[in-house]
Order: sequence, then C-alpha cells, then structure tokens
Amino acid sequence: MVKEKLEEIREQALRQIEASLDLEKLNNARVDLLGKKGALTAVLKGMKDVAAEDRPKVGQMVNDTRAEIEKALEEAKNKLEVAAMEAQLSAETIDVTLPATGRIIGHRHPNQIALEEMERIFTGLGYEVVEGPEVEKDYYNFEALNIPADHPAKDEQDTFYINGEMLLRTQTSGAQVHEMEKGRLPIRMISPGRVYRSDEVDATHSPCFHQVEGLLIDEHVTFSDLKGTLTQFAKELFGEDTKVKFRPHHFPFTEPSAEMDVSCFKCGGKGCRFCKGEGWIEILGCGMVHPHVLEMSKIDPLKYKGFAFGVGLERIALLKYEIDDMRLMYENDSRFLGQF
Amino acid sequence: MNTSLNWLKAYVPDLECTDQEFMDRMTMTGTKTEGYRRLDKNLEKIVIGEVKSVSPHPDADKLVICQVNVGDKDIQIVTGAPNVFEGAHVIVVLDGGKVAGGHDGSPLPEDGIEIKAGKLRGVESFGMMCSIEELGSSRDVFPDAPEDGLYILPADTVPGEDAIEYLGLHDTVFEYEITSNRVDCYSVLGIAREAAASFDKEFKMPEVPVTGEDANESASDRISVEIKDTDLCTRYIGRVVTDVTIGESPDWMKKRLRSAGIRPINNLVDITNYVMMEYGQPMHAFDLSTIAGNKIIVRRAKDGDKFVTLDGNERTLDSEVLMICDGEKEIGIAGIMGGENSMITGDVHEVLFEAATFNGPNIRKSAKRVGLRTDASGIFEKGLDANNAMDAINRACALVEELGCGKVLKGAVDVHEPLPEKKHIAFEPERINEFLGTDIAEEDMLKYFERLEIEYDPKAKELICPTFRQDLLGFADISEEVARFYGYDRIPVTLPSSGAEAGGLPFKMVIETVSRNVAEFNGFSQCMSYSMESPKVFDKLMLPKDAPERNAIKISNPLGEDFSIMRTIILNGLLTSLSLNFNRRNKNVKLYELGNIYIPKSLPLTDYPDERMQFALGFYGDGNFYDMKGVVEEFLIKTGMREDLKYDPSDKKPFLHPGRQADIFHKGVKIGYMGELHPMVRKNYEIGERTIIAVLDMPEIVKKANFSRKYVGLARFPAVNRDLSMVVPKNVLAGDIENMIRVRGGKLLENVALFDIYEGEQIKEGFKSMAYTLTLRNPEKTLSDEEITSVMKKILNGLEGMGIELRS
Repeated sequence: MVKEKLEEIREQALRQIEASLDLEKLNNARVDLLGKKGALTAVLKGMKDVAAEDRPKVGQMVNDTRAEIEKALEEAKNKLEVAAMEAQLSAETIDVTLPATGRIIGHRHPNQIALEEMERIFTGLGYEVVEGPEVEKDYYNFEALNIPADHPAKDEQDTFYINGEMLLRTQTSGAQVHEMEKGRLPIRMISPGRVYRSDEVDATHSPCFHQVEGLLIDEHVTFSDLKGTLTQFAKELFGEDTKVKFRPHHFPFTEPSAEMDVSCFKCGGKGCRFCKGEGWIEILGCGMVHPHVLEMSKIDPLKYKGFAFGVGLERIALLKYEIDDMRLMYENDSRFLGQF
Repeated sequence: MNTSLNWLKAYVPDLECTDQEFMDRMTMTGTKTEGYRRLDKNLEKIVIGEVKSVSPHPDADKLVICQVNVGDKDIQIVTGAPNVFEGAHVIVVLDGGKVAGGHDGSPLPEDGIEIKAGKLRGVESFGMMCSIEELGSSRDVFPDAPEDGLYILPADTVPGEDAIEYLGLHDTVFEYEITSNRVDCYSVLGIAREAAASFDKEFKMPEVPVTGEDANESASDRISVEIKDTDLCTRYIGRVVTDVTIGESPDWMKKRLRSAGIRPINNLVDITNYVMMEYGQPMHAFDLSTIAGNKIIVRRAKDGDKFVTLDGNERTLDSEVLMICDGEKEIGIAGIMGGENSMITGDVHEVLFEAATFNGPNIRKSAKRVGLRTDASGIFEKGLDANNAMDAINRACALVEELGCGKVLKGAVDVHEPLPEKKHIAFEPERINEFLGTDIAEEDMLKYFERLEIEYDPKAKELICPTFRQDLLGFADISEEVARFYGYDRIPVTLPSSGAEAGGLPFKMVIETVSRNVAEFNGFSQCMSYSMESPKVFDKLMLPKDAPERNAIKISNPLGEDFSIMRTIILNGLLTSLSLNFNRRNKNVKLYELGNIYIPKSLPLTDYPDERMQFALGFYGDGNFYDMKGVVEEFLIKTGMREDLKYDPSDKKPFLHPGRQADIFHKGVKIGYMGELHPMVRKNYEIGERTIIAVLDMPEIVKKANFSRKYVGLARFPAVNRDLSMVVPKNVLAGDIENMIRVRGGKLLENVALFDIYEGEQIKEGFKSMAYTLTLRNPEKTLSDEEITSVMKKILNGLEGMGIELRS
C-alpha cells in the first residue's frame, strides 16, 4: 500500500523535475516534493498508522525515495546551471579581432636602450658605472690625457670653450682621470654621458652626443685582455656570431691603440650597402692606457697597467636599430620613439 | 694623403699585390687605407690615333668625318669635337671599348660608357676620339687639355700604342687616413717604408747625388740666413740655383704629380711639389734677384702688417705670424705661402730654395688667423723632423740637375738649433710580451725593428730610433711597433685574470631607472634634447629680466645663438619636442626627459657648475593636472617619499598657469614643481592644447629616496568610517583641510579621502561643497564610541576654525 504510494510519488516527482526548465521552477519543485507540505512528508506523517513492526521498513522506503528525488533534483540543478552558464558565455562572445585599446606604456629612447644594454654587459663583468662632469676643466679633457697644449685636437674648431680654463668635454675620457685620481685600485668602470663637439647638426653629426668610456686598471693587464673583453662585449651586443677585427690606430692617451670593427650584422660580413661593401663596421676606439697618463694620475706604470675604450652611443643605436638620420634622435617625434 | 702604386713601387720595386691586398695589409699594420681608385677604371680598348683626313658631314654642320690611323689600320670616326685637325694625334676608343665618363666632366657612371660602332646622322663611325674628361680625368692635372674638345697628344706619339699607358693611367691611387702621430707618413717615402715593412720587401731610398761640388760659387757667397725667432723656426736651409731654365717637367714626374692630384706647372715648381710629396717637406723657391741685401731673416711679423701673397691677395698679419724677410722687407709667410714680391716668374735666372722647420702649432694657428690654409701649411702644422729638411733640399737640387733646369751652387746655408738626435729606448722583449699577452720571439721583434729602420744595440740592449719617427718615445710605443707587425689579429683573446668584483649602478642611477619605469608605465616616452640652447628661451618662458635662470654658462665659441648657453631650466627641450609632435598632428603625446641643467656657482665660470639632473614630464591631450600629480606621486611612492608631501601654489612661476601650479615639497624641502603651461607660453611654443608639466629635482630626490620598507601588521580590529560633508570657503585648500584632519585625527585616523567636490548651484557664492570619508581604527582594540566621538570633535573644531560649515 505504502509502497505503491511511494512509487507513485517518485514517478510524479521525476516528471515534475524533468518539467522544471529553469532554476526557479526546479526550486519550486524541491519545495513541493520535499517541503513540509510535500507528498513525502505526508507519508511520514502517516507513519503513525503503520504497524510498529513495519515502521522501520516503511521508514527505510521513504528515505530511499527521498534520496532518489534529492539526487534527481541535484542532477537537474547541475544540468540547468551548466546550461545557464553556457548560454551566458555564448551571449558574451566578443569580436577578438577588434583593435586593441591604445598602448599605454611609454617608450624608452633608443640611446637609453643601447646604453642599458652596455651597462648590463659591463656590470656583469664587474664594472662600476660612474659619471663625470660635462662642463670640464681643460686639464681633465686634454692635458691629463696626454693631449698637450698645442695638439690639433684642442683646436677651437672641435671644442666648445666656456673660457680659457673651462670647456664642454669633447670625450668621456676625462672621467677616467677623475676615477684614477681617487687612488682606489684596481679600477673597473664605465662612464656614460654627454659630450660636445663643434659640429653643425646634420644626418651624421650633432654638437651634443653620448659616449660610453671604459677603463680597467690592475696589475698584469694585457692587450689580449682588452681584445677578449671587447670581443665578449661585441658578441653580447650584436650576437654570438659577430666577428671582431682590431686595427692599429692612434689615440694620445692609449698606446698601443686600436679601432674595433664588427662584422656587419646586416650581411654577416659579405658586404652590403649598410657596411658600404666592406663587411665590417667600425664600432669603437680602444687601447692600453698610456704610461704617461697613468703617471699623471699618480699610478705607477711599472706596477699597474690598464686598458680603456670609448664607444659612441648614438653610433651603436643608429647601427643597431638601422636609424638613418641622427637628427631623429633629438627630435623626439612620438612616432619615432614609439618604435623602440 | 694619397699615393699611387706606381710611385710607391719606385721605392719598393718588389711589391707585388692586388689593390685590395695592399689596402688590407696596410690597414692592419696601422696605415689605415680608406680606399683606392684605379685610374684606368672603365678605360678599355683605347689607343693612340693619328687623324689622316677631316671632311664635312653631309647632313650635319657640327659633325665631321675623320679617317684615323690606329696603328694597323685606318678607321672612320665621326666627331663633333671643335678642335680636330688633319695630322692631330688623338686618343681613340675602338669599337667595343669603354670610357669612364662623358665629355662634360659630370660624375662618372659606375660601369663607364660603352662605345660601339654605329651611324651618326647616317654616316658610319667605328669608334670615338676622347677628351680628357672622358678618361675620367680633368684639366686640373692635364692643364694642356682644351676646355672643350679632344685631348691632343704630341706628334711623336705612335699610333696604335696603348694611350692609357702613355698617359700613365695604368695605376691605382690609394687614400690613407694618417694619424697625427705619424708625421713621417705624410710622404710617399714614409708610406713606401711602411709598405716595404708590411710586405717584408726591400725599401730603396732615391739615390741623391751630391750637387754643386764643382761649382765656383757657394750658396753662402750669395745669401746669409738669420733666425730671430728660434722658438718658431728651428732650422732654415737655403741653397742657390743659377742659370735657371724654366721648361716642362719630364713625363715621369708629371705622371707622379698627376697621380697625387697635383697639376704640373713647370720644372721648378714641379720639383718643389714633387719633393714635398716625396719627402713630406714643403719647400719654397724665391727669385734670388728680388731678395734685398743678400740675406734672409726669419722673424715674427708686426701687428697689423699687410702682406701680398703670391696669389695676389693682401693679408693682414699679427705678431704671432712668422715671416721670411730679406734685408728690407717681408717676402713670405713662413710655411704658408710666399710673397708676390719674390715669386718665381718666367724670366727668373737665379733661385733660392728654402727648406725649413717651423713650429707646427704656430703654423696651424697662423694659417687660421691669416685665413690661408695651403698644402704646405697642412704639412708643416704637424711638426716636421728637422733632419729631413736637408735630405729634401738636396733631393730638390739633384732633380734640378737631373732635369737640366739650372746650376746648383756649392753647399747650403744651414742655420739651426740643436738637431734632433736618435732616441734610445730600452729593448725589453719579456716586458713587451707580458704587456701584449703574447709569446713573440725576440728575434722576430728585432726583425720588425730592422724593417722599420730602428737599429738595435745588443750590448746596451737598446733600440735606436730614427728621428723621423717622432712618435717613438718609450716602452709602450715600442710595444705597439711589435704588436702591429706581429699582427693585432694574432694577439690572443683573453679575459682579465683578476678576481671578479661586483659591478653596478650608483644610487643616483638606480633612482633614475625608477623614474624611467614610472614615467613609461604611465605612458610617457623618453625624449632627449640638446643641453645647449638659445638665451631667447628665457623670453619664451616669460621669465623676468632678473630671473636667476638667466645666469647661464655661455659658450665662448658657439655654433650660433641657438646653441650658445647651457640650459638652466629643463623645460625648453621638452616643450620644443611636444611642439614638434603637435605640429605633426601626433595625438596625446606624453614625453619625459632625464637631463642635466647647469647652474654656475659664480660667473664668469671658474669652477665646476652644479650639474643637476632633472626629471621632467610633459603632455598634451587627454589628462589634467591631477593625472600628472598621480604620476609624480607614484614616483614618490616608489622612492619611499610619499609621506609629508605638500603642494604649495604660492610661488607663481611665470611660465605656468597662475591658478594651476604648485611647488612640491617633501618634509619641507622643495623637490620640484608642476602645473599647467601658461597659455602665452603655450602659444610661444605653438602647442594648441593644454599642456601639463612636472619637474623633479633629482639631486634632492636622491638625497631623500629610500628603498627600505618595514612590514606593518595587517589590521585585526574593525575600522569605523565617518563621512563629513561640508561647505568650504573657496580659497581654502584641500591640502590644508586634510593636513588639519590628519594632525587632529592623530593615531586613530587611518585615512582621509575626498569623495566629492562641487561648486555651483545650491552652494552659496564663494563656497564649495566637499565630502570626505574618514577611516578610524585602533590597531590595539575595537574602537569605543567615546574614542570616536573625541576624535571627531577635535576635527570638527578644527573645521570650524577654518570657517568650514558642516552640511546637515
């Protein structure tokens, strides 16, 4: 009797659940079926009419039916929730090919990027970054670098003077002297900064540009160490396959002196328009610190040796990013800056 | 410096290499060879021809038909050359040949011009007769060529022979970049010596026979020399040539001069030019008959002296210009140019040759002041070896005899200071190897020295350097000689052995990196501008006449007014860049610059100025003052300086909007300023949109920045929020209200935040409505009502004191 009743409840419940097509109806069904006024509750209420010995059995049957209905409710609920989620997601579909919202992060100047590359390489090799004054004394820009008073490089044509004693430095090399004068040895430093030459503005010249000076002073430093250090630098800056060539040159403050070429990173050294067919591109000047320069800074050239190098920052940046006009670097057109 | 290969081979006869090999090897041994030019480039199938007949063209007035013998046959050539005549010996390019360029001397095409047989106005032509320009040369070095027309050869030339060979154009000219230390290489002999050493071939100096030995007279019979200013002239040699016959130089000399780009003029002039090229010693020739008192005096000019140089121009001299004078007058500017009053003319009979050694820097400066830079001064200014002067003048005299252009008198008048002596430098092979990081055998080093004419004294273990090598002074120089002949490319590649130390950026640059990051994350791109600018910038920025910024460092030799002072304010570059962007219609441009300003401690400048790094930001387009303020504060948060900031609007910088600007203070110290650009300044810079700028003075930031952070426990007790809605007199600053609330709120006040501000209808005139949320919290315990009431009461009293009413 009870059994049939329960069976009927169960079947009706499953039909009602199946017919509940949204979560609200399903919730109503739950109240109907399992609530205080539900059919199952009614059965339980009628337990008092059941014989005492049958009660456990009937109770068990009621619970089983209840469990079955609950399970069906749960499953239906899950199904409806998933369907609702899917419907929502489908409605929220966007056109992913629409343009991105404007870029908001600014751009670093190509000079700065090249400089940071160099700083990264040399600080990794144990070099400290130091700065020197741009408005400099004649002594530090020339005399202490073995450029005597009558040297052609001192010609007014190249140097901006403030007065007889002060000038705008023409090279970052003066920073070497300031560093050596501190008397703290050994030295490993690079010194980036602005330098000035009396050149009119054009595609390849600027009266104000940047150099990075490097100096290493220690006991037992050799020319081969200079080659090794700068070879590593070139490979890190321009790529592992880069080849380097050291050509003899002359600078008053180094002896022996060299210019370093790197294999053209555009054609790999075969020769192209970029490297003017030579396969090589001149990158920097370098050399062993002239003993006289060491002496002037009170460093004993018999005990200590060193090497120095100077890189034109714009030159590196122009080459690396294939910029064909130096004026772009100081115009600061946002369409130019935005490319870096 | 240029030299031709043929000329070099005169001294290095065994030199055998391609042009490219020569260039590469010379560059790698230190004589940087920039490039080369084959003089016979694109000159093919070109022979000497003889014009047998000239007849008119039936259909063209300006053309003629020539029959030209080219050795084995006659060919017909139609030409428009005005100067062709029967019997003329000409240069003929045959069918299928090539010439270098057109007859108008315009730039040469890379692949030359092919010449093919064809018809000219219906008449067949089997080649072309050439002008000098078509051979890629010019009247500069072939002065006997006509301005327009064929280059006519002498009648003794042989038809059919190689015309290019005849003209000496089977040659290559190399161009070098000579470094300032190698004065000896500004000469063909110097380059030849390097070439011989580089290729390990024999070097032969020209043979210079002694001249004038059997002459009856000596140079000293005819001239005396006195050097008054020995600081500027260390040697003056005079030799005398009589019975001078001016004529043409021989072909070999003309060819060599041409290859160096020098125009042959006459034997005497050519000899001085030739010796200048060959020995690197400029010389001068005076007409001896013009020299008064038979004497030469070398002395400084007097200020304001006028002097006519041999180019006919009058020059104004000063007391630092060295002059060559005779017994009465000035006859030449030493080392620069001779005078018109003593120049060689066609009817010269006796010549005084001068070879002297002048002070290089003085020549350089004089040439500049006098406004006359010549080939000679360009060489003298490098500072020459006094010993070379005698060799050069003797070579010139030998050439005079060889060319038969005069009789050389005996001896020379030679006045000089102590002559340079060969330098002795210790030979320390082990030290050299240690310095270079090499293992080069001692014998190899000595071989290099031998090639360079550096002698070795094995007893003293000393190297003895020739005086023309003024650059060899000590150990490092000797090491370089070894390195460049051993080969820079063969020197090993090693890394410094000393222990690795920690490298890194100084604190200042760390802060700069933070500033770049903050600027860029907020959409600002980095710009760089010139540190020199025009004093007009101060007017553009509307700074008053007495503004301290106007005390700028002036450059004494600027490129022009626009680059004449060192900036004392960072904004001009930034605003100029914003302006450029605005004019190019770039939208919403945000730029920042990290650059120095240069503040003199006193003027005129006697000591280092204060170079202050400025962090400047600027934008036009979307955004306002408060957006910029947010960027500034983000930077200050990152540098640990968020606490105790104050924005003070009272300074009134003239270039900023009077109601939209503030000085920024941190703990009472000014660290920068910001604001909207004054509309007038914006107009001056032609920026058509509101522009907001901020400038932070980095030295102050660097002093105060700190990156140490300490964790404060997360609050465990609840906070209480109280909203205050108030009516505030318009001139009361939000910053002052907040300050008061913070001070009175004490430790319990966790935060104060403005959530509404309103002016206009419903608010009485002269007032604004403001609303703050105050967050109160006691970190130790839950706040009691009494605590809250007490704090709020203090704050409300404070508000009342500022004339602020609470809104109900």
